[in-house]
This record gives sequence, structure tokens and C-alpha cells, in this order.
Amino acid sequence: MFLHPEPMHIPDGFLSTIVAIVFWAISIAAVAFALRRTGKQLGERQVPLMGVLAAAIFAGQMLNFSVTGGTSGHLLGAAIATILVGPWPAVIVMTTVVSIQALIFQDGGLLALGANLFNMAIVGVAVAYFAYTSLRRMLRSEPWGLLVSGFVAAWASIFIAALAAALELAVSGTSPANVAVPSMGGIHALIGIGEGLITVGALAFLYATRRDLFSAQPAGAKGGAAVWAFGLGIALLLAVLSPLASAHPDGLEWVAEQKGFLEAARGPLFRLIPDYVFPGVSNETLATILAGILGTLLVFGVALGVAYLRRNRKAAA
Amino acid sequence: MHVHFLDPYRPLVSPIHALDGRVKFVLTVAFILTVSLTPYGAWPVYLLLLSLMISVEILSGLGVGFVLRRANLALPFVLAALPLVFTTPGRELARLPIGPWTLVATVEGMLHFINVALKSWLSVQAAIVLASSTPFPDLLLAMRAVRIPRLLVAMFGLMWRYLFVLADEGLRLMRARASRSGHARRVDGEARRARAGGSLGWRARVTGGMAGSLFLRAIERSDRIYVAMLSRGYDGEVRSFALPPLSLRAQSTLWIGLSVLGILWLTGLLAWG
Repeated sequence: MFLHPEPMHIPDGFLSTIVAIVFWAISIAAVAFALRRTGKQLGERQVPLMGVLAAAIFAGQMLNFSVTGGTSGHLLGAAIATILVGPWPAVIVMTTVVSIQALIFQDGGLLALGANLFNMAIVGVAVAYFAYTSLRRMLRSEPWGLLVSGFVAAWASIFIAALAAALELAVSGTSPANVAVPSMGGIHALIGIGEGLITVGALAFLYATRRDLFSAQPAGAKGGAAVWAFGLGIALLLAVLSPLASAHPDGLEWVAEQKGFLEAARGPLFRLIPDYVFPGVSNETLATILAGILGTLLVFGVALGVAYLRRNRKAAA
Repeated sequence: MHVHFLDPYRPLVSPIHALDGRVKFVLTVAFILTVSLTPYGAWPVYLLLLSLMISVEILSGLGVGFVLRRANLALPFVLAALPLVFTTPGRELARLPIGPWTLVATVEGMLHFINVALKSWLSVQAAIVLASSTPFPDLLLAMRAVRIPRLLVAMFGLMWRYLFVLADEGLRLMRARASRSGHARRVDGEARRARAGGSLGWRARVTGGMAGSLFLRAIERSDRIYVAMLSRGYDGEVRSFALPPLSLRAQSTLWIGLSVLGILWLTGLLAWG
């Protein structure tokens, strides 16, 4: 039940190596900064709180409700973590959730983890923080301000993170921007509504039972201004960049091509099987089939050999 | 504790299970990196990587079937790469008329798509073997060994420890909802689909309340955990045992594995790069 595949988690193989490594570098820097910040500014009490909260977000993802046609709304959690513990600890909490999802449950790849952390733990938290604190301040006098800000923060964190994922795929040359952006954006605009509704329900419940949790506003967190500005910046950037990229996919393709061009320019130094054709066989189709059969035989041969060795060893033991 | 099925670890006796977790962790990441770096069209290298993976799966005693079944879970994402079939220029393979438009599938596009799907499939298999053959504490040890910050590793450990407790809380909440929200049976002659509970808004609110309840229980539990930790001498510092030294055998496995992957990477780079 934890294993409903999440269209937000990019698996391995979908990002080009360069994109994956660049996002790893960004995420490592951001998470390291968040760790320093949390270590400095929060009490020792925060360590068990963050760990258990991460487990709660993980477990909370199984609480779903049916929407329609077999789809269901459920929680991703960046917004509620941000609202409950503030931006820097929320980055750590979401980093924990997303990393364990990748490492243990193969929800998202290991090499792609850098990009997934960037989308969900960094962009998701920053956008949620920006939306929540701004709206809270604007609607300070309204009793329903908390719920509206919570809904918008949850929806925006999902939507903007999805746009980031779509652009990463597009830059990798895996999915053209004019397909990836509208489809990822569209799906997550809907998923975001489910996330928003659950977040609102959770906030209403917590506000009714433990109002003290909201008295220490994350707005007062040190370095909050920087997160706020980053959230605003990344939301604007992605909201502007995605339609542009989607209208002119050539721009992103150009980036990918430049990269591909550099790779191609190195040129093959030598070829084992020239043009995928078997040497010595003139008929191209026949040669391709032969190469395929040879490859399949190779895989099976290795597999059989290993299985045989293992059986022998077992028998001897 | 009812949700131990969550843990993907399969306790078996095999050379892969016996291998040091740190070696497995590094080799898995190196394997995925090699797969990622293998250039488009280097099919023989992909075949060699696949045979390597299948050998490991058989050696581990998990079985190829087990790993492949779990690997299917990552399959739906392949849809994201499907447009490649139609957008890559090349020799025409097939035409799909959809309404006023015609999609042209190309051979090159097909190969590109297969290339992406293959990379993804190989990588997810490696990750599955790692998670199924290594107990979680060994993975934590491996993460410490590759210099992941101690606070983060402590967080992973805490989360894993309480994940099962909170998943149980979640299951209890779901059982409570199921037993109280009146699962409406379909009445004969009524065309509307039967579903539990009331309107969409109602269902969302109830689920939200459950999530809130789960968070509340988590926060209160973390208070109790903190007090328990304090009474056992916790002072805000996360301490851990020194890492045990790597055995000679584990070291040689590490270097042999890395060299094999390095050779495969070089082969792909030189012949198809």
C-alpha cells in the first residue's frame, strides 16, 4: 500500500548523467546548509521530532481517499512539514522521506535522487513557505486565513515541484518540453488539489486540538527571508520558464543538442561491431538478428553458469 | 506490529547477503552510474550489464522472478519517455492517425525509447537487490562510511525505527474510518456507483482529520521519545560506534567490482561514445 508509484519521483535512467550530477551538487549544498542551520538554531528536542515527523509523513501517504475513476488523493507532505516545523527542519524531514523512498522502496532512482530532493525537499518546501507566510500575513485578520494559506501552499508546492521535474526531463532530452510540461503540470494541478484538501483537514484538526503548535510561527524563523525569496524566485522562474519552454521546445532541445553534439564530436575511437552489423555477414537484417541471438545467448549462458555454480556450492555445503 | 511486510529485506544465506553493506552500497551506486554513462546504442554493453545484474540476482538467492516483479513497480514512469518515439526524427516505422493529427513513429525514436527504458530497468534492479539483501542498519553504516552527515544518518535511523509504529497508527485510523463511514451497498436499480462515505469534500475532510490525528500522535510520541532519550543520557549529540574495518575479502570484492564496471564504462565510451 506504500508502493503506489508516484509520478513525481523520477526513476534512474530518465535524467542525463550531467543533469543528475548538477542537481546532486545543488541538493547537497542546500541540505548541508539546512543541516547547519537546524543544528545551530534548534534545540536537541528537534532531533526526535524531525525523525518521527518524517515517519508520520511516510505513513500518512497511505491515508488516501478515492477521487474518481480509480485515482486517489493522498499526501506528499512538504507543505504540512513546513507549516509545522519551519522551513529548515522541513528540508531535513523531506530529505529523509525522499531518500528512504528511493533507497528502500525504489520510489525514484538513486542517481536521480539529487533531482528528486531538489524538487520535493527544496523547491517544494521553499514554495510552500513562500505561499504560506505571504498569505498568512495578508489574511492575518481572517479566521480562515490558516486554511486558505495551507491549501494554497500545499497546491503550489506540488505544482511547482512537478514543473521542475518536467523541465529536468526536458533538459535531459527524455521527454520533449511541449509534452512533459503540460502533462506533468496538468496531472499535478489535480493531485495538488487532493494534497491541499488533506492538508487543510489536517491543519483544521491540529488547530482545534493543539493551537500552541501554531503560536511559534515559522515566519519568525531565522533565515526565513532567504527561503521566502528563494520560494518566490523559483516559483516565478518555473511559472514563466515552463510555458516558454513548452511553446519553444527548440530552446531546450538546443541545450540538449549542444551537449549531445559535444559527445558526438569526440567520435567513436573504434568499433567492436561496426554499425551494429555482424562482421562477415553481408545481409544487414540477418546480421542484426544474429547479433541479437548472440547477445541473448550470452545473457542466458552467464545466468545458467552462475546458477549451476551456486547449486554445486549448495550441494557441497 | 503488523506491517513488517513493509521491510523489503529478505533474510537469506548467500554470498551477496554476506558481503559488507558498504561494499554493496558503493557498487550499487557505481553500477547505476555506469548504466547512466553508457552511451546510446551501446547494446552489447547493456547486455553485459544485464548479465552481470542477473548473475548477482541468482547469486543472491532472491531469484530473477522476485526482482523483476518488484521492478515492474517503476514501470509506469516509462510513459514520460513515450513521446520520444514520435518526436525523434528518423526512418518512419508506423503512422498513428489520431483524429486530425497523424503521429509518425520512427525507428530512431523507438530505439531511443528502448534505451531509456533499459537504463531505468537495469538501475531499478540494482537498487532492489541492494535493499533486499542488506538489513537497514547495515545501510546506515554504509551511509556513514561514505560521509553522509551524522545528523542526517541519525534522522534516517529514527525514521526507520518509528515508521513501523506510525504505519500501525495509520492502519488503525483506516480501520476506524472503514468501520464508521457506512460503506453504502449499491441499491438495485440505482445506476450510481457505490462508494464509502459522503461527498468528495466530506471524504477529503475525513482523510485530512486522519492525517492531522496521525501528525498529532507523532508529535506527542516524539515528546515521549525525547524524555526517554534524556533519561538515558542524551545531551543533543548523536553518537555512534566506530566503523568496523573492511575485511580483505570485502576490499578485494570492492576493487574487482569497480574495475569491472570501469572496463564496461570505458568499452561503451570508446566504442560508441
